[in-house]
Amino acid sequence: MPLTVQIPYTRLIDDHGQPQGDLPGWIDDPQLLRAFYQDMVLVRAFDQKCVALQRTGQIGTYASTLGQEAIGSAVGHAMTAEDVLIPYYRDTSTQLQRGVAMHEILLYWGGDERGSAWENPAVAEDFPICVPIATQACHACGVASAFRIRQQPRVAVTTCGDGATSKGDFLESLNLAGVWQLPMVFVVNNNQWAISVPRSLQSAAPTLAHKALAAGIPGEQVDGNDVLAVYDRVSQAIQRARAGKGATLIECVTYRLGDHTTADDASRYRSAEELNAAWKHEPIGRLQRFLHERGLWDEQQEQQLQRANGERINDAVERFRNMPPAETAAAFDHLYAELPAQYLAQREQLQARLDAQGGAGHE
Amino acid sequence: MNDQASISMVEAINLALHRAMQDDPDVVVLGEDIGTNGGVFRATVGLHERFGFRRVMDTPLAETLITGISVGMAAQGLKPVAEIQFMGFIYAGMEHLVSHASRLRSRTRGRLSCPMVLRTPHGAGIHAPEHHGESTEALFAHIPGLRVVIPSSPRRAYGLLLAAIANPDPVIFLEPARLYRSVQQVVPDDGQPLPLDTCFTLREGQDLTLVSWGAALKETLEAAALLADEGIDCEVIDVATLKPLDTDTLVASVSKTGRCVVVHEAARSYGPGAEIAATVQEQALHALRAPVLRVTGFDCVIPYARQEMAYLPDVGSICQAARDVMQGEI
Repeated sequence: MPLTVQIPYTRLIDDHGQPQGDLPGWIDDPQLLRAFYQDMVLVRAFDQKCVALQRTGQIGTYASTLGQEAIGSAVGHAMTAEDVLIPYYRDTSTQLQRGVAMHEILLYWGGDERGSAWENPAVAEDFPICVPIATQACHACGVASAFRIRQQPRVAVTTCGDGATSKGDFLESLNLAGVWQLPMVFVVNNNQWAISVPRSLQSAAPTLAHKALAAGIPGEQVDGNDVLAVYDRVSQAIQRARAGKGATLIECVTYRLGDHTTADDASRYRSAEELNAAWKHEPIGRLQRFLHERGLWDEQQEQQLQRANGERINDAVERFRNMPPAETAAAFDHLYAELPAQYLAQREQLQARLDAQGGAGHE
Repeated sequence: MNDQASISMVEAINLALHRAMQDDPDVVVLGEDIGTNGGVFRATVGLHERFGFRRVMDTPLAETLITGISVGMAAQGLKPVAEIQFMGFIYAGMEHLVSHASRLRSRTRGRLSCPMVLRTPHGAGIHAPEHHGESTEALFAHIPGLRVVIPSSPRRAYGLLLAAIANPDPVIFLEPARLYRSVQQVVPDDGQPLPLDTCFTLREGQDLTLVSWGAALKETLEAAALLADEGIDCEVIDVATLKPLDTDTLVASVSKTGRCVVVHEAARSYGPGAEIAATVQEQALHALRAPVLRVTGFDCVIPYARQEMAYLPDVGSICQAARDVMQGEI
């Protein structure tokens, strides 16, 4: 039987910033349009800084968001404060918007657990970065179930990559979201590569959004490099979930312009031609052109933004560098609500070993 | 108390679930067949009718999901009590237990936590199909951040389950299937939890410490009674919480008796008996008058129903190990 089900695909502006058909009403909000742009430029600059910090040994392995800035920015704006983000590990923009501090993100990638112990109460319920692929989808179902049980008009938003859609966790979660009509949104960052494995080797499904259909929930595709389209569709999906109409899967078609992480070398498995072609679709330039043509952005604003971003990033890096070392035995202090007496001796041994190594955890 | 009827362990578990759900609106119950059917062992009978589908949730047949959504619910402050139908099916949830439930508190430095309970039938001896007789508690007891609890009587099942549900951290609650209906006890529904992280001394003695948990305590206690007739005075300790292990009680007992035999259903190598023996020799070597012996299941795949009883530690093997350590003829 031919796979004839057509999955909707949304794009509001093309690679050159040209509108594609009628634009939704919220497009007339210049502040929002500028905010998308500002977020994306900030995150790209921060991303560049993170890679540089890794290359100079100041943070550990880091997963770049290069090329995927539109998705993070759009999801952050589409969510409201009371919603909960259950992210994967390329959600810097969304996390910053929701209130995670930039130096906390550096702490996380710098090998310090305090990087997920966010001080801002606005993100108290958001989940930390999730490394085991697709497991966060199940947690998001649990969060959404809690909203359903308590009858709260809140939405759980979870993100993942294209590789994650091959895992049982993802499919079991989609399935439950359908059966229980959970208030949640699955945002798939289809960046075409799961480390070295291309999209074509992940699934024979015509689109990843097709996977939603078997679960009985709507699935759709969006141009993941078009921040306006992502915002529009994710907002709709969140509203739908909040209204009690269940979950949606949104496949954001994008491209990972960077390596998988700083520990990866993508030139081993993908061609320069492919990468160069993908750069033509990147998300920031097209929105800049769109804003220019509407008279919403000029060179002076651009310089101002670059300066402000530079200062903000430098401040965060300074704050990260100046963080006093963690109380090392914290690994035991937060193992249980109250450390069982059985482990007190081991806690002392860990502390002693760290003291002997000349300082609490920093080299 | 005397006019109260005796109940089985599975009824005591059911009683504790009713009690916990009644006393705390954050307690929710989920799993396969736990709703209308009341669970394949009937541990959740009546909950669905009494507390409704919102708090008593039949899930799709997906153990990874059951474990994973429990993490999400618990992070939201609910107290999910999830049932895995048999221990042989718990492994699909392993990633969520090892990589998330056990460490959510630690990796967020206390910002989020995971007060969930995962209940599952434990052990062999009920002539069930393959994959239905597992004793793999050591897999979970190895994981920092988890608690592993195994009751050995209806009363302890009631009190320990209430404690597990009230506990602010994740608890793997292993229910000896062989004891579900074979033992009856009066269990007052007083809402009183029993202490976790502590052993229970079931029988005091001077000559030898027998350490066990779960269903194997049945044979261990029978052996202790027979050994008493031979003039060997056994102390019998129910470990009850395998992680964290109450080493103080174990070491104090062995310091007194000078001898120790550990009895468990689980396979021998890398089993909890090894941990207990290592702890005893570390902390009470000079009190020991004989090596610590283990009477355990074997390092083989647990046989199907026709031979499964031969796999389990029996009274004769426990008595023989006791006589061996008494005579120092190891």
